[in-house]
Amino acid sequence: MISAFLFRGLAGRIAWVAAAIALIGILVPLSNLFLTPEHALYVPDYIVSLFGKYLTYALLALTLDLVWGYCGILSLGHGAFFALGGYAMGMYLMRQIGSRGVYGDPILPDFMVFLNWKELPWYWYGFDQFWFAALMVLAVPGLLAFVFGWFAFRSRVTGVYLSIITQAMTYALLLAFFRNDMGFGGNNGLTDFKDILGYTLQEPSTRAGLFAAAAFALCLALIISSAIVRSKFGKVLLATRDAESRARFLGYRVEHVKLFVFTLSAMMAGIAGALYVPLVGIINPGEFAPANSIEVVIWTAVGGRGTLIGPIVGAITVNLGKSWFTAQFPEYWLFVLGGLFVAVTLFMPRGILGTLSDATGKLKSLGSGKATALVQDPADASELRKEGEAS
Amino acid sequence: MTEETNQMTSALLYLDDVSVSFDGFKAINGLSLTIEKGEMRAIIGPNGAGKTTMMDIITGKTRPDTGDVLFEGKMDLTQHDETEIAQAGIGRKFQKPTVFESQTVRENLELALAGNRGVWASLFYRESEEEAAKIASILETVRLTHRANELASDLSHGQKQWLEIGMLLAQDPKLLLVDEPVAGMTDAETVETAKLLREISKTHSVIVVEHDMGFIRDLGVKVTVLAEGAVLAEGSLDHVSAHPDVIESYLGR
Ligand SMILES: Nc1ncnc2c1ncn2[C@@H]1O[C@H](COP(=O)(O)OP(=O)(O)O)[C@@H](O)[C@H]1O
Ligand SMILES: [Mg+2]
Repeated sequence: MISAFLFRGLAGRIAWVAAAIALIGILVPLSNLFLTPEHALYVPDYIVSLFGKYLTYALLALTLDLVWGYCGILSLGHGAFFALGGYAMGMYLMRQIGSRGVYGDPILPDFMVFLNWKELPWYWYGFDQFWFAALMVLAVPGLLAFVFGWFAFRSRVTGVYLSIITQAMTYALLLAFFRNDMGFGGNNGLTDFKDILGYTLQEPSTRAGLFAAAAFALCLALIISSAIVRSKFGKVLLATRDAESRARFLGYRVEHVKLFVFTLSAMMAGIAGALYVPLVGIINPGEFAPANSIEVVIWTAVGGRGTLIGPIVGAITVNLGKSWFTAQFPEYWLFVLGGLFVAVTLFMPRGILGTLSDATGKLKSLGSGKATALVQDPADASELRKEGEAS
Repeated sequence: MTEETNQMTSALLYLDDVSVSFDGFKAINGLSLTIEKGEMRAIIGPNGAGKTTMMDIITGKTRPDTGDVLFEGKMDLTQHDETEIAQAGIGRKFQKPTVFESQTVRENLELALAGNRGVWASLFYRESEEEAAKIASILETVRLTHRANELASDLSHGQKQWLEIGMLLAQDPKLLLVDEPVAGMTDAETVETAKLLREISKTHSVIVVEHDMGFIRDLGVKVTVLAEGAVLAEGSLDHVSAHPDVIESYLGR
């Protein structure tokens, strides 16, 4: 049943994009590890790390598209789910350091020794095990989204109000994680990681492996999301987005629909965060900053929401632009980002991908001549109808 | 007393002394109404009489301040929400046609089609042959076969009305509430709609709200006149049209 379900996700251009991501996930690491730097197709280490990071951003944007593009839930707090997944992974990496820390304590991470803590807080238990940390990467963002969504959707909080409380949620977490006594390293966060599953993080082969993992996760998430939006449930999502109360009068339990997709999306965002942390080597409370979540919305809008592929394209293009811009004119980036958002909203409301498919659609209808144009004109279409009835 | 209890349980829909006010304004004021199983009832009344509000109360959108609303003699509709009431078998067509604009005509019908509404059931749903056949026959009935794969937003106003009636057919509820189905339709379309509703009423109970007197005459069913949130008169169209209060409050205008 599951494989038939996923197979349905591989329809149309999704299959090509998923294949392309999988191919990149294989070829880039191979090129990095096995070609010499002189080779024309060699991918240098820093590019592997940088694009690996972009892949995790793309995954984050994809998860936002599932709730915003398809279900109309404009979450301005998706960065929180990403950060929580990142912290769960960071806690595992922290405990892998063991006695190699500056203070050499076999159990306690350095920052706890520094704070004079004598024993590990209970919520750090289990994070020495990868499987447990991996479970928490899904469970913590999932649980937060479930509890948050349970109250918000049941009370029928929608639109701007919902967006504002998601923003408040990530801001509250930002403040909480800044505190030293929370036990997550305060404003320094978690860093100085050594290895993951026994592989040294500084090794190019480990980075290449993380890149491949990020590409694999993105590819799988794309296929799952596509299968979801192509199922009847996907139609229910759109129905909820476009006419929520109508969907209720048809007998759909709208709050369950939203809760399911919001929780699933948060769990996938958690995975993105968990892949991001070993690639960049640090997680700190800054990841909860409200501005981060807003940036994800901009990537998604630029790429084209409600398309699944658009947010991936948007996340990568905007971040490429950001890397270039912050190197050239660091003080202007925020203005450019804001301007980009305004421009896209005004002139390209369907984003890069939506605009592209509009253009190809027009080309196609030009190609097939007048027939398509006829049907698109309501007056002509009713003429057609009368003809049909007469015959 | 026993008679009344019997009647309560045999009626499909039973409203007794229902009132609701919005900011002190009594939109529904001591409304009582009984719809029998298999009955089609027409409801007329001037704008603002509370016809749509009555439908809001029956479908769980608005909670009445006082009064009883019973479905099939046992389900207290004031204690349930829209989803539960829809699942119990009450379907609704809105005054302003409300279809899912960004989806095709066919997808609109698929969404409405009776069946399990749960998340898992929808995720792993596969359309059976009977279901496909049912959709095809509804498309025929509402004359949208040739537009099945077009977006609902591209339909004309009248076609949207028909699509919404088609959605009601797909949903197959026990009781259909139809709010102003011929608003914005041509005369020919209006005649067709009356025909369609009479057809539907053979197998369903129906409440139709309408302004169009010709249309009501075409339906040829018992009429309830609503004014200022209460029943003014009830009976055949000729009977209520002769009623002096009705002439004054509605027909006379
Ligand atoms: N949600 C509401 N809030 C305030 N007033 C309402 C609401 N719904 C209906 N009304 C008022 O109740 C009265 C009855 O409205 P309605 O049921 O739409 O009348 P009808 O459908 O018979 O034309 C109107 O005066 C309307 O303004
Ligand atoms: Mg009305």
